[in-house]
Amino acid sequence: MNAPLVRIDNLTKTFVAGAPAAIEALTTQIRAGQVTGLVGPDGAGKTTLMRLIAALLTPSAGRIDVLGLDVTTQGPAIHDTIGYMPQRFGLYEDLTVMENLRLYADLRGLPDGERAATYERLLAFTDLARFTDRLAGALSGGMKQKLGLACAMLRSPKLLLLDEPSVGVDPISRRELWRMVYALIADGVGVVWSTAYLDEAENCAEVIVMNAGRVLYQGDPKAMTAQMAGRVFQAHGAGEERRALLARALADPAVVDGVMQGEAIRLVMAEGCPPPSRETIGAPPQTEIAPAPPRFEDAFVAALGGIPKRALSAPGRRDFSNGSVAPVEAKGLTRRFGDFTAADHITFSIRRGEIFGLLGPNGAGKSTTFKMMCGLLRPSEGEALVDGLDLYKAPSAARAKLGYMAQKFSLYGDLSTRQNLDFFAGAYGLSGARRRDAVAHAIETFDLAPYAKTNAGELPLGYKQRLALSCAIMHEPPVLFLDEPTSGVDPLTRREFWAYINAMVGRGVTVMVTTHFMDEAEYCDRVALIYRGQAIATGTPAELQASVRTPQRPTPTLEDAFIALVEARENGRKEAA
Amino acid sequence: MVWTRLAALIVKELLAAFRDPRGRMALVAPPLIQLFLFAYAATLEVSHVPIGVVNQDWGAQSRQLISRLEHASAFSEVRLYASETEARAAIDRQDVMVVVEIGQDFSRKLAAGETPSILVLLDGRRSNSAQIVNSYVNNIVAQYAAEFGAGRGPPPDSVIVDRSWYNPNREYRNAMVPILIATLPMMTVMMIVGMSVAREQELGTFEQLLVSPLQPIEIVAGKSVPGLIVGLAQCGVISLIVIYGFGIPLLGSALVLSAALTVFLLSIIGVALFVSSLATNQQQAMMGTMVVVMPAMLLSGFSSPVQNMPDWLQPLALANPLTHILVVLRGLFLRDMPAALAAQHIWPMAGMAIVTIIVAAWMFRRKVQ
Repeated sequence: MNAPLVRIDNLTKTFVAGAPAAIEALTTQIRAGQVTGLVGPDGAGKTTLMRLIAALLTPSAGRIDVLGLDVTTQGPAIHDTIGYMPQRFGLYEDLTVMENLRLYADLRGLPDGERAATYERLLAFTDLARFTDRLAGALSGGMKQKLGLACAMLRSPKLLLLDEPSVGVDPISRRELWRMVYALIADGVGVVWSTAYLDEAENCAEVIVMNAGRVLYQGDPKAMTAQMAGRVFQAHGAGEERRALLARALADPAVVDGVMQGEAIRLVMAEGCPPPSRETIGAPPQTEIAPAPPRFEDAFVAALGGIPKRALSAPGRRDFSNGSVAPVEAKGLTRRFGDFTAADHITFSIRRGEIFGLLGPNGAGKSTTFKMMCGLLRPSEGEALVDGLDLYKAPSAARAKLGYMAQKFSLYGDLSTRQNLDFFAGAYGLSGARRRDAVAHAIETFDLAPYAKTNAGELPLGYKQRLALSCAIMHEPPVLFLDEPTSGVDPLTRREFWAYINAMVGRGVTVMVTTHFMDEAEYCDRVALIYRGQAIATGTPAELQASVRTPQRPTPTLEDAFIALVEARENGRKEAA
Repeated sequence: MVWTRLAALIVKELLAAFRDPRGRMALVAPPLIQLFLFAYAATLEVSHVPIGVVNQDWGAQSRQLISRLEHASAFSEVRLYASETEARAAIDRQDVMVVVEIGQDFSRKLAAGETPSILVLLDGRRSNSAQIVNSYVNNIVAQYAAEFGAGRGPPPDSVIVDRSWYNPNREYRNAMVPILIATLPMMTVMMIVGMSVAREQELGTFEQLLVSPLQPIEIVAGKSVPGLIVGLAQCGVISLIVIYGFGIPLLGSALVLSAALTVFLLSIIGVALFVSSLATNQQQAMMGTMVVVMPAMLLSGFSSPVQNMPDWLQPLALANPLTHILVVLRGLFLRDMPAALAAQHIWPMAGMAIVTIIVAAWMFRRKVQ
């Protein structure tokens, strides 16, 4: 074991007197030369803890020693020896990569003599040397994070605090970030990496699992995962019925967690419960249930007490199962910006009641395609059809058929929940009794009554998600477009969100979703992988995984498939060139 | 359908503007504060200012003249300086802006029936006020000279009698305050309309509107109507304060006033929508609003008459809706401007409103590139 860099003793932080503490009686240590994962749902206290360690907040009680310095009295000395990258790193978007580096070198007082060598080392390390003249605002999400990391590392810190560095970063850039962090810990730097993505926790030597300001678990993530042995199962072969099956299984008190995994569903049983059988979960006869190796996420959700058992009523009331027209169709969609082709003859057709995913790295053209399908960006060539209506020939009629949920929360934060619902009902042409009925139904279905008068901007994250979804489907559209709906959202909120979507799909609603987040892709019936403006692969998640199966990689994950397919394409291009 | 969607948009805009207590304050407090500031602080009248005197004459006449200066209502006190050097220093320090220097032969020359001369030193840095003070001094001196001469010699040839029409007491406030009925709401309307589109773009809610069945022209209407409602409400409140609070009567027709203000506000809303359709965030919208408002004020005849501007600026001034509404407001408050005359200024504003709103709607269509 390495020596501890940070000692935290009985730490409590309260922001408002009388309110529940943001962090309560926390005692832990953070060691050098390893990555410590700080894992927990939204609002668990991860950012507060980071800021306390960075000496940006002072403890209400208890003490923190960072490299032998006390945070309350020796803050400035701590600032000189650590690197901190907040969730939204303060890059100056109107300055170039190099100007940002120089600015932070000035701010951190880097001696002139060391500068040239430091810049060279960091630019090589982050692979940004080719982009020094590019404006920071024009960088992709992954490159921004790398530049943020470079700025945080200017003074060669002994301790690096990274607050959710992988939010908004595609899988390829995410792997690069991890590679960089591993290179750092080899030099003896201690890294704290906070995340709501649980597959990342498995990369850490040690995790601190937090919920509501308390530590649920601390130690080796593998040991936590191992506790779940014998409690995790996969059910294959339910086919079209698998969404309904998942909903039925989750109603069983013995099942603490359940998610879609392509064509299979994954179930986690409560401690001491017998394995699920076709009878207990009501599975169709052809279903096969087999034990599966546990993941960290299974243990995490179980530690949080599993999925809340709340009777979910399906949103909306109309049934679209019997439509005849293809609900969503892209025919040779092309969009050029000058001589750059952002989307190149993209063609797909989504079946009724299907969840279709557009996957791709940042800047690959999936957002361009998605925007053309929503009617937000006019195609240079090709057609975008919703329920048989061309979005650019009959815009108003076609848009009335679709519901749209944007990537970031885009409701009116200074209006109350009910006012938001009223507005969206009206914007979609509902009036009088129909509007009152639709709003009442949304409040009931999504259990929004306790927050009906609260400003939308002040809602807890889970309720924000519910409200955004309920506004998008206020007019009961047959087609729903979701833009990275659960990126940066904790696992419990994400599960709840997808439970609603699954219930709607069960009634024939068609869903198109963009994502670079593999857990979301697992919920899709089919995905199209977009790279350099083209759809390079289309199929079910299982088909994509099968296409990259090799003897060295017998069970590729969807993320492996994503990376392998993109790399194969890239190599093909290089050979052709 | 269309009316439902439009009503929803208008209600939402009004809620967004009024729900937040700070937002409410921002719509009510600044116009009222500005109204009183313009009415009391931004005055061009000169009264109760000190005046400097360097008297090198020992005669009784000079003392009489000084006592007249002392009793003039424009001057609060007479400060006596021993020498011109001292007086210059006082002007330098801005203690006084005018110094009257009476030469040592003043009384002697007057007594001898000759024409004595008086030196008036003015602070050119405050040219406007100094001019006004200068004319007061000239009046007082001329009057004194006339009365002094009345006993002897021939009387002066003629006397100029001046009367100010439409503002008989030449009260500066009567000319200044009515034009605030248009200027202050203009600022508010520019802000709320210009910022509301930019704020939606910044927060991402604008896309949410664009994917709904709302048509671009409906979005334009939904953004315009709340601005018009808030603007007209402000015009109404300020008008009432002007008429009943300041006691400046509305001599013209209230109907013509309302029509002119509505058309004026529509043209301002068009400009605000156009500015905000160019901006991608609130900061840019704010800058754009400033870039438009400052020249609009300068070119409107708000502080200096349009006729005094160079020829090449005149067309710009005529294309400025504020120029026209100021003419109408001054006309309706200071005299009973006939409706036909007002209409000549309402048409250009209506033209501006139609052009800017159509351009703004076209710009919104282009947001879906």
